[in-house]
Parts: sequence; C-alpha cells; structure tokens
Amino acid sequence: MKHLLLACAALIAAPLSAQTVAITGGKVVIGDGSAPIEKGIVIVTNGRVVAAGAAIAIPAGAARIDATGKWVTPGIVAGFTRMGLVGVDAVDPSNDTEARNSPFNVSLDIAPAINPDVSAVAVNRAAGVTRAIVSPDAGNAIFGGQGAVMDTGADFDPVTKSRAFQFMEFGETGARLAGGSRPALIAAFKTALAEAKDASVGVFHEDAMLKRPDALALVPILNGTMKLFVHVESAADILIVLGLKKSYPTLSLVLVGATEGWRVAPQIAAAKVPVMASALNDLPDSFEQIAATQSNVGRMKAAGVEVGIGMINDNEARQAQLSMQYAGNLVALTKVPGATGLSWGDAFAAISSVPASIVGLGGEIGSLKAGRRADIVLWDGDPLEVTSAVVKVWIDGVEQPLSTRQTRLRDRYLQPGAGPLPDAYKH
Amino acid sequence: MVLASMTTPALAKKKDEDAAKVEAKAPAFNKDPYPSTYHAYPSVPTAVTNVTIYDGEGAKFVNATVYFRDGKVEGIEANGVAKDGYAVIDGTGKWVTPGIIDVHSHLGDYPSPGVDAHSDGNEATGAVRPEVWAEHSVWPQDPGFSRALANGGVTALQILPGSANLFGGRSVTIKNVYARNVQGMKFPGAPYGLKMACGENPKRVYGSRGQMPQTRMGNMAVNRQTWARAVEYKRKLDKGEAVARDLAMETLADVLSGEILVHNHCYRADEMSLVIDMAKEFGYKVSTFHHAVESYKIADLLAKEGICSAMWADWWGFKMESYDAINENIPLVHKAGACAIVHSDDANGIQRLNQDAAKAVADGRRIGVNVSDEQAWTWLSYNPAKALGIADKTGSLKPGKMADIVLWNGNPLSVYTRPDKVWIDGALMYDAADPKKRPVADFEMGQPGEGDVK
Repeated sequence: MKHLLLACAALIAAPLSAQTVAITGGKVVIGDGSAPIEKGIVIVTNGRVVAAGAAIAIPAGAARIDATGKWVTPGIVAGFTRMGLVGVDAVDPSNDTEARNSPFNVSLDIAPAINPDVSAVAVNRAAGVTRAIVSPDAGNAIFGGQGAVMDTGADFDPVTKSRAFQFMEFGETGARLAGGSRPALIAAFKTALAEAKDASVGVFHEDAMLKRPDALALVPILNGTMKLFVHVESAADILIVLGLKKSYPTLSLVLVGATEGWRVAPQIAAAKVPVMASALNDLPDSFEQIAATQSNVGRMKAAGVEVGIGMINDNEARQAQLSMQYAGNLVALTKVPGATGLSWGDAFAAISSVPASIVGLGGEIGSLKAGRRADIVLWDGDPLEVTSAVVKVWIDGVEQPLSTRQTRLRDRYLQPGAGPLPDAYKH
Repeated sequence: MVLASMTTPALAKKKDEDAAKVEAKAPAFNKDPYPSTYHAYPSVPTAVTNVTIYDGEGAKFVNATVYFRDGKVEGIEANGVAKDGYAVIDGTGKWVTPGIIDVHSHLGDYPSPGVDAHSDGNEATGAVRPEVWAEHSVWPQDPGFSRALANGGVTALQILPGSANLFGGRSVTIKNVYARNVQGMKFPGAPYGLKMACGENPKRVYGSRGQMPQTRMGNMAVNRQTWARAVEYKRKLDKGEAVARDLAMETLADVLSGEILVHNHCYRADEMSLVIDMAKEFGYKVSTFHHAVESYKIADLLAKEGICSAMWADWWGFKMESYDAINENIPLVHKAGACAIVHSDDANGIQRLNQDAAKAVADGRRIGVNVSDEQAWTWLSYNPAKALGIADKTGSLKPGKMADIVLWNGNPLSVYTRPDKVWIDGALMYDAADPKKRPVADFEMGQPGEGDVK
C-alpha cells in the first residue's frame, strides 16, 4: 500500500510515514516472544520501525506520541483467514471463498478477490488486526488455489504478497473432494505432482487430471519455492502428510488446523514443519478431532514445533478479531492443573511474529524489530485481555480510521427513536 | 382439569369396559410423561472463605464467605468464618459466582461429533412442528456438556430445537450433570419452552422447496394461521369440548395459558416488533428474543414489553439478518432497563460466556454505559434463570436456592480466568485439581484423549 500513502495522507490524521516519530512511555511488546517492556520507546521513519526497546535514543527533531499508560505492539497478524473474500457469508454472490463450479483449482489466485471494502476489513482493523493470511477454500478438488497476505488498511491496495502459498485439504474434507477416501486423496496428490513435474518441462497429457494452468501452478509447490498449506487434523493424517515430505523432499509444508498435533508433536518438530493451529478446539467435533484439547498449541510448542494461531473453519472471514482472545485463553491454561498453555510473550508471538515467519514475511511484518513495516497498535490495556480495546492503529506508518459501520450504527441508536426526525436522519 | 376430555376419538369409540374406565378418569393424558429423575449428588456442608462474590442479582461482597449445605445456599457473610462441620475452601484471590446458565444451547441435539447421524435439532419436514420435543433428541453423552462445565462454569442450560422451522418444538431445561438418559438431566420443575424462529431460516428452508413460507410475510401468515388454530383448540378445551389429541396444539395451548415460555429466534428489530404485536393479537407472551442482534434499535420497546434479549458480544455478519450487529448491543439493552442475557448457541461459545460478558461490559463503559462487573453477572445467571422460569430456584446466591456455584481462579470477567471448582446442588461436580472430578462422556471412553484436560 506504500504508493498510496500520499493519497491517504490527505484523509488521515497523522501519518508516521514522512517524518521520524517516537512513541514513548508505553508498555512495548516486540512480538518476538519476549516479555513486554515498561516505558519502552518505538522509533518509526518512512513507514518502517527503526528501533524499539527500553533504552532507545530519540533522534533530534522526532515527533513524539505519548503512550503513557498504554500498550504498544505490532499489529496482529491473523494466521489463517478468509478475510476480504466475503461480504456476508450466506450471501453467495458476496462470497468468493471457493469456486466449486470452476474448471480450475490450483491456479486460482485469491488476491484479486480481496476486497478492502467488505465490512470485515474495517471491523478487524479497528480491533487491531493489521495483516491477515488469506486462503481460498477448496471447492472442486483437494487444491483450493493460491493464498495471499493482506493488510487491513483503508485503501485500495490490500495485497502485501500474492501467491504466497497453495491451499490443500487433507483428512476428511480432502478425502471427500478426492472422491471419497484417503487413498483417493493420496492418488490425486501424487498424480497432480507428477503432472506438475511433466508440465515443468513442457509435457502435457491428453488424459491429464489437471488443466494445463493448474499443472503449471503446481510447479512451485513441487520445487518448494511456494509453501503448501495443508489442512489436516488427526494425528494419523498428520503423519501421512509428514510422510509426503519423504517422497517429495522439496515440499515446503505448513500444517493448518492440526487439532491432534500434540499426539505427534515430536514428529512434527523433527520434520521442521510449522503449524498454523486452531487455538481452542477441544471438542471431538469429527472423527479426525477425537483427541482435541486446548493444550494442543502449548504441547506442540513445548515439543519444539513452530506454532502460530489460525482460524480455519471458524468464522475466519470475519472474526480474526478473536485472535487476541484465543491467545489470551492459551495463557489462561498456564493456571489450569494438567494443562499446557503459552507464556504471555509466546501467546502474543503466536498472533504476530510466528504467523509472519511461517508465511515467509518475518522480515517484513509481525514484530517491532528494526526494519519491519510500521504496523503498530496502541491499546488501552493488555491486548490479550477481552476488556481491552484499540486506541490507534498504523499500517505501514499510516494512521488508520477506526470507524466501522458497527460504530456508526451504535452512535445512531444511542437514543433510539429520539429526536425530531427518524433515526435515518442521524448520520 | 381442563384437559379431562382430551381422549382420542379411537379410544372413545371402544366399547369395552376398560376403555370406559379410562374415559371416565381425569386427566385423560399425562402432561409430564417424561418426568425429571434428576437428583442432587451427595454433598458436604461447605464454606468458601476470603473470596470475592457476585451474588448474581447485582451485589458484590469482598473478603466474604459463602456457605452452602444440603444442596442449598445458606448465605453470604462478610468476613465469615469457618463453622463446625463445614469443609472450608480458602478462596483467597478467587471469585465465587452463581453458575452460568445458557439460555440457548444445542448440546445434545447437535452433539459432538457433529456427524449426520447426530443431526437431531431440526425437524425440517414442515415449518410448523410444535409437536416435537427437544428432550427426545438430546443425547446425554454429548462431550460438550463436560466442556461447558469445566471451561465454562455452566450449571444449567436450555436445549432448544433449531431454527429451520417457524415453530421448532419444545425446549428442555437441564442441569449440567451427566446422566444415562435425558430424564436424569431435566431441571426439576422447570417449565417447558417453545422455540420459534423469525426471518431468513424458515423462509429459506421451505421457500427453496417451493413451499410456504417463502417470504417474511409468509412467515407471519403461517404463524398467525397456526396461532388462530391454537386459540380455537384452547377455546374448545376450556369449554370442556371433546377434541382429538393433537400434540402440536397441546403445546401451543399451554403457551397461550402461560405454562410454556416462548423463546423466539429473531435478529431484526422490525421483525421482533411484529412478533410483539402478533403475541398480543393471539394472547401469548414472548419470554426472550434469541440472537436479537438488533435489540439495541428497540431497547425501549423491549423494556416496556418486559421481554429479554439473549445476545452475543461480537458475533456478526454471517447472514444478512446479523449484518447490523454491534458490540454494544448487550450494554445498550441493559441501559434501557430491558433484560439482557449473554447466550452461546454454540458448543465452543458456551465455554466462554463469561468472556463475552466481559467484552460487553468493557464496550459499554467506553460509550459511557457504566455497568459494574457484579451487575453484569445478572446477564449470565439471574436473567437467564428468569427467562427460563427457574429464577426462584437458581441463578443467584440467595439463601435457600440451589447451590449451583462456581469458584473461579481469578476475576471471572478476564480472559485469564477459568473455573477452579463447580458445585451443582451443592455437590462438587468439577475440580480443576482432581482429574477424577472431570466428567468423561461415554463417547470418549477408550479413545485418544480420554480423560485429558480439555
């Protein structure tokens, strides 16, 4: 969104982009898992973080923003969403999450579908979510298409990175999409990769399973230059997916969901495969989630797995704003006998630097380390606490509007029916 | 007994003496054919000391003691002390509240695992199905009950039919205590509810089949025709006329007489307003509008009519009729003097109703609606108890009420807090420190994760 900074600057109060700004006096969270820093300082220039920490020299001439009594953190990076793709879930024409009647799948690029005008973008921006990993859903095959990373800025340039990964369904959903069983799923996967291999040298087959663009779009998966996000839940299925890496050693896998990951956490850690986990699944909602427990994330983390929080099949088009609550609940587990949770710092990292790193943007977003984009949120309290709220949001150093149609409706109806004219005249 | 004449025509035609005897007896049928067999589990007289207490009716006590014995609350005393014969639990740094009551749950009728074979919440074969009873669908082995207890501090809940139908059927209110059958969970003396639904769901489900209702006006027409039949049916009953047994009409007649409480799924303010007039047209009362995401637009009307709103803190946008949800709905309803309830409608959400209340309190304060934490607890226990017609029995810590009590390991309006202990009718049914005080549903036995902390 950088090149729109000038256009936005006219509309938005205090751009941090052009000048050097010091945010002082607040409780600063770097986002890398470290503990919050009392009375920390964050220095921003040209839309990037220059420095953040305890004893930072403030450059002469820097504008100052007083954050005393507040928390200063990197913007939340929502680890798995379908944000921007949906106006209203049940209104099909406004819902671009999947395309079951398309002849294509692997090659579908979700980026053009990300609409910064859908209400969910403003609602999540106002809640402190500044970036989101956006995945297509799988409609007609095990592959759903190519996902992206977006920002929630109030502009027409939401895409941080397109073609960031390919999305694939494994487990029960993948088996259904492949024709009805896991063997069918594995056959579809192997056939697809074989066709991609041929496509990479210009060989296409008359009886191919994949359309030509889909086979070509799989080439970067085959050679490992694009990540493959695999939705998988059960311990047994996770082991099958990890096993694929033995057959295709160049695959760059990320597990999504992974409700039973804790049961095979050492194997996931050994395979060095990161996980974008559903944080609070604790019900045996399906036969692939029988051993669900909220301790899943904590146990995987303790076993050495890199774990971020994602929200697959969990209102992920709209409710990335629950990421902070989910992370806070994992901290709550540290007080529950027998449960395994996360430290506060690790919990915050699971919704900031870890998902950024997993999607390959750890150098760009997700923390207040030097050089990162100045996605910064000022909170009136502990950001993982459900009673806290956002005070200010900057994305790429640009201060963002926090008004949403929800706040507009709220203000209209503070005194419903009162006044000389109908409520429709209150605006 | 007004229902004495309600024998079936078939039975009435029988000539033998037995049939004649049956006909002569009153009443002809049992209004409680699946009676509660719930019983309180053994308890010991207990004092929880040095604890912060919200009594559920808006009062707060600091460094206080709550006493309960024989399944009932005895009282709250400031600076209370241990008494002989009481088990003493030091609650220093902890909170005590009445157990949370979820007025809207589908645990049991849409249980986990959520497979087709378990899809027992919507009798979507006709838009008018007041004859079905949710208790006949409730699977008492739903693992969700244990999560609601251990993570959510939920001690009682109403299981409703789904919202595919205009008239979804009877609800059942249960204690959150596992039993071998639903009768063993039924809340003793709780009235039945009737689930109704406005809006998108009924018109979509039936309209897509080319059946009525296909529109909101169709919804209202079918509703009104049905109530007109019910009024006529009840008139015959009241006059002692012979009528054939009609399970649907029996339920609606009991709504008209006030014995069954109406729980109406309804999102939009305009539709709630129409339902309020329809209830007056036919002479019944709505207990609670469920979901009610637009209650803030008519909070004054809801206060005047004495109707509760069961709401989420921040769930929104999944369908058109939820598009106008705002985070301040709950506090704005409270501010208007109307009855506000936090509800879940979700097997996950039911584990975090206290967190939803916390969000709503904080969002309210930011717009100048200052609801204290202890007042906010009325949204979680006393108000839902009122909506369910059980506020004389539970929902607050008034002496003599059921000792349905949660000891929280911190401030219960914080994300960092979980239940430490939960007592239902004075019996310790969950203890975070004791894996044997953690229920495990049959479904989970012998499967991975059995008995794990969830």
